[in-house]
Amino acid sequence: MNGERLRVRGLVQGVGFRPTVWRLAQELGLCGDVRNDGEGVLIRLQAATSETLDQFCTRLQAECPPLARIDAIERAPLTEPLHATSFTISASDHSAIHTGIVADAATCPACLAEIRDPRNRRYRYAFTNCTHCGPRLSIINSLPYDRAGTSMAAFPMCAQCQAEYRDPADRRFHAQPNACPACGPQLWLADASGQRLDSAHWGAVDALAAASQRLAAGQILAIKGIGSFHLVCDAGNAAAVATLRQRKQREAKPLALMARDLDVIRRWAHLSEREAACLRSPAAPIVLLQRRTDADAESLAPALAPGQSTLGLMLPSSPLHHLLLADWERPLVMTSANRSNEPPCTDNADALRRLTGIADLWLLHDRDISNRVDDSVWRDLDGAPRPLRRARGDAPAPLPLPSGFATSPPLLALGGELKNTVCLLRDGAAILSQHLGDLDDAPTARAYRDTLARYAQLFEHRPTMLAVDAHPDYHSSQFGRTWAARDGLRLIEVQHHHAHLASVLADNDWPLDGGAVLGVIFDGLGWGADGTFWGGEWLLGDYRQVERVAHLRPAALLGGAQAIREPWRNLLARLEDAGGWAHWCDCYSDVAVIQQLAAHPLTAPLRQLLAHGLNAPLSSSAGRLFDAVAAALGISAERLQYEGQAAIELEALATLAGEINAADGYPLALAQAVDPVVLDPAPLWAPLFTDLQCGATRSAIAARFHRGLIRAVIQTSTQLATRYAVKTIVLSGGVWQNRLMLEGVAAGLRQAGWQVLMHRRVPANDGGLALGQACVAAAAAVS
Amino acid sequence: LTHGAGGRATAQLLDTLFKPAFANEWLAQGNDQALFSVPPGRLVMSTDAHVVAPLFFPGGDIGSLAVHGTINDVAMSGARPLHLAASFILEEGLPLADLARIVASLAQAARDAGVAVVTGDTKVVERGKGDGVFITTTGIGVVPDGLLISGDQARPGDAILINGTLGDHGIAILSQRAHLGFETVLQSDSAALHGLVADMIAAVPEIHCLRDPTRGGLATTLNELAHQSGVGMRIHEAAIPLQPAVIAACELLGLDPLYSANEGKLVAICPAAQAETLLATMRRHPLGTQAAIIGEVVADPLHFVQLRTRFGGERLLDWLTGEQLPRIC
Ligand SMILES: [Fe+3]
Ligand SMILES: [Mg+2]
Ligand SMILES: [Zn+2]
Ligand SMILES: [Zn+2]
Repeated sequence: MNGERLRVRGLVQGVGFRPTVWRLAQELGLCGDVRNDGEGVLIRLQAATSETLDQFCTRLQAECPPLARIDAIERAPLTEPLHATSFTISASDHSAIHTGIVADAATCPACLAEIRDPRNRRYRYAFTNCTHCGPRLSIINSLPYDRAGTSMAAFPMCAQCQAEYRDPADRRFHAQPNACPACGPQLWLADASGQRLDSAHWGAVDALAAASQRLAAGQILAIKGIGSFHLVCDAGNAAAVATLRQRKQREAKPLALMARDLDVIRRWAHLSEREAACLRSPAAPIVLLQRRTDADAESLAPALAPGQSTLGLMLPSSPLHHLLLADWERPLVMTSANRSNEPPCTDNADALRRLTGIADLWLLHDRDISNRVDDSVWRDLDGAPRPLRRARGDAPAPLPLPSGFATSPPLLALGGELKNTVCLLRDGAAILSQHLGDLDDAPTARAYRDTLARYAQLFEHRPTMLAVDAHPDYHSSQFGRTWAARDGLRLIEVQHHHAHLASVLADNDWPLDGGAVLGVIFDGLGWGADGTFWGGEWLLGDYRQVERVAHLRPAALLGGAQAIREPWRNLLARLEDAGGWAHWCDCYSDVAVIQQLAAHPLTAPLRQLLAHGLNAPLSSSAGRLFDAVAAALGISAERLQYEGQAAIELEALATLAGEINAADGYPLALAQAVDPVVLDPAPLWAPLFTDLQCGATRSAIAARFHRGLIRAVIQTSTQLATRYAVKTIVLSGGVWQNRLMLEGVAAGLRQAGWQVLMHRRVPANDGGLALGQACVAAAAAVS
Repeated sequence: LTHGAGGRATAQLLDTLFKPAFANEWLAQGNDQALFSVPPGRLVMSTDAHVVAPLFFPGGDIGSLAVHGTINDVAMSGARPLHLAASFILEEGLPLADLARIVASLAQAARDAGVAVVTGDTKVVERGKGDGVFITTTGIGVVPDGLLISGDQARPGDAILINGTLGDHGIAILSQRAHLGFETVLQSDSAALHGLVADMIAAVPEIHCLRDPTRGGLATTLNELAHQSGVGMRIHEAAIPLQPAVIAACELLGLDPLYSANEGKLVAICPAAQAETLLATMRRHPLGTQAAIIGEVVADPLHFVQLRTRFGGERLLDWLTGEQLPRIC
């Protein structure tokens, strides 16, 4: 007899792993047992031949259930014989939970078949799930992960569900949220005031069918989903979309769409194989897709994504959504249910209070959302899907850390100010939270504290170190400083762009001692080590430290944060810096934007402000350069309606221009005699304004700007990488969500022979910041 | 003004400039200290160093500011201010005319407030070692027995009141510094508030907290009070009195009036039941004509100060380190 002890590590709990092990053992005639424990899954097997054991391991890898992830199978001989005569699933050992809470997952094909089968007891049941799909993070309150610790605790299983739950051969074996119409959560409709409607009023087979009919009639519904509330309307109904925008006070920010299947999506967007796979993955994120210009223009409301060349589309992610969309040949608007700048609602009472006046009708259910989880957003860039927002379906799956970090003490990184996520580090893995939102919003800042407490409990995490952004005033930084001082924890303040660099390194498994890289960190704004704001940086270094070897020439932010909301202020500051405002007035008085600036009542006082250096802090931000160029083209001329709007619309314009010759790019000047080296965008303004004067198209100008910046970044990076003898160039910061920039720069750098690393699993924007902060702090702790 | 001329020059300055300006019975004692008897009650004492650029600004100067600042700090305990001490650090090269103007203004402000400057000191430092004039004033006052007005007394349910428009001082100063044009319509609100406080206490002795939102503005003061009292605060943007010129200047400057300095404003927190009485009393006083109830104290373990915006959002008014640095990435 051969006996072995298999230790399986990875995402192996709560995902139907033990039933798979049980089935394989049955099929191969193996005896022994399997159990969950603090390190994952432990399997003890006895077999007649060691070949059977090899076969078992091979098949376990190959037939790993869809939501499971095997990081390692460690095999060792049994120390004592088992004397087992069958294969059993043993009770779990909850002594030390060190395996991950998995993310919510979209409905699996088996469950989908059930809800569509009139003979099945789960026909049209919106809360159908199994170990291969369904809610996880969104329903969990506490550990251990069993029904009592989730918001399913209020729904005792019926006998049939119990039987499934107990049967190792059933895919609902130990499916904690298992439910059916007889025992699980229920849906109902409520009128605009939140009053529950009698089902006699629905005039349809069930609440979902009634909801679908009301949508077809042009109404706006607030729908309580799995992890959050959505506002929903017919994307083909221009009046409904306009009403939704007006009620939500969201004038221009793109609205996410949900479509029944890929065929529906293909009618309005270009869809590659990779994008289709991303849409259909268990995470079922929103994917930004290139909008088809040949699509029937009348068929979708014009106001879905003004000024953009993309549409954000997703597939149904729960039975509720599948059933709602079943009859829809076009997408539904499915936008998070909040007024602008507020976090989405989570409980019924809260939603009813806060969304009064927005929804015509409510589709509600009686299961609580324990953790708010927004929709994730991905975009296919430079040959792979990359996250822009990591939330439902992605978090909190652990990200294994690169080598060298295994001995890091447990630590917590508190993230940035906007698009905040937090990251905890333990046992060589990083747990990056779901997107939490903007901390200048009080309800979000409260949810942030709750999430920190929830994660600490779920992951039994007691940090001995805290990492925060070096910004004096970020809410997260202030909170971290206070916490560290109170509890005597070691505090590491991480410069914003160093965190971005470390984030992209960790995202690419760059070892702790992998050596220095050159980071091109093109970003919005971060507090620099010198008391100015950075954001167009070349940083040389690694997790431990960086040196600022080059940057974009700084320009003043006229009126601090106001310059971020009003892009034209950046244009004024740039022109004042590049030869003086008077020069531009003299030479380009016939250009509309110069006339508008000259006539603007704030131009003169802003120049005064600049002259006196009053609330006009300097910034080398690349994002603000995009804003300035966008302003020159009249994009969001007075004020941005959402963060990043100017840069996004500039990219969309440039995309329209098609291929542009590299030689046609606007020039930037590289001043190398200084240390750090300075890349000065000033030379681009004269040809740009000459183009405006000559009546060149806005898209051509946008493209020439992109082309010129791409060329200058490639040149600067190449020179610096050569000078400092590094082989690897890494790209991080929000600007790299721009497809033209990312693909253009990456292609050029690769062609020049450099290894290029970019984000793969965490966002390039501040949503990935916490991972970088955590790694910088860990590097400081282990060395 | 020259430095290093020794004791004689300084003595001359005292005799010709300071003593005539401040003339009172305590200074006339001619000693290095003022001797006075104290009325019944508890004594309070406060000191403030005043630094401001420019020295002269619309609505005041460093002299009047040095009086108002300290009197207000004393008055926020509910006290009646009794006396002031003032010490001057003068930079070599300061025009004598400017000094005379400042001293006269300080003396006038003290007289208007009915509070005598009973002792003081003057030093001259080398050029480049001061910013024209620094003035430190110390005040004492007396609080009647029975009053308990303190930053730790705010209770959930209490009302939060302000005696008028916010940000006037800070924005007037900035506007003047960069010649933005608003200085022609905007004045510092610099004023002594003890008279208003006396009326308020007479009408509503149950006032829980009083504080003047000077540097850091209303937001900073409310955060201090929230932490001291262990409560949260909610204020309503629509209820906050603001001058149109302050709104316009803040829009231009990218600054938040709620974080801008005031020198003639006070925040009052009192039980909700007395809020209307207090408001009516404040509005009857010349320094409170635009008084308003701007929010309420709430129970909140996180001690957040949050602003209900005009659009229905809830903005967190965090406790900032100083300048209003951009936090958007
Ligand atoms: Fe950033
Ligand atoms: Mg003081
Ligand atoms: Zn399933
Ligand atoms: Zn059931």
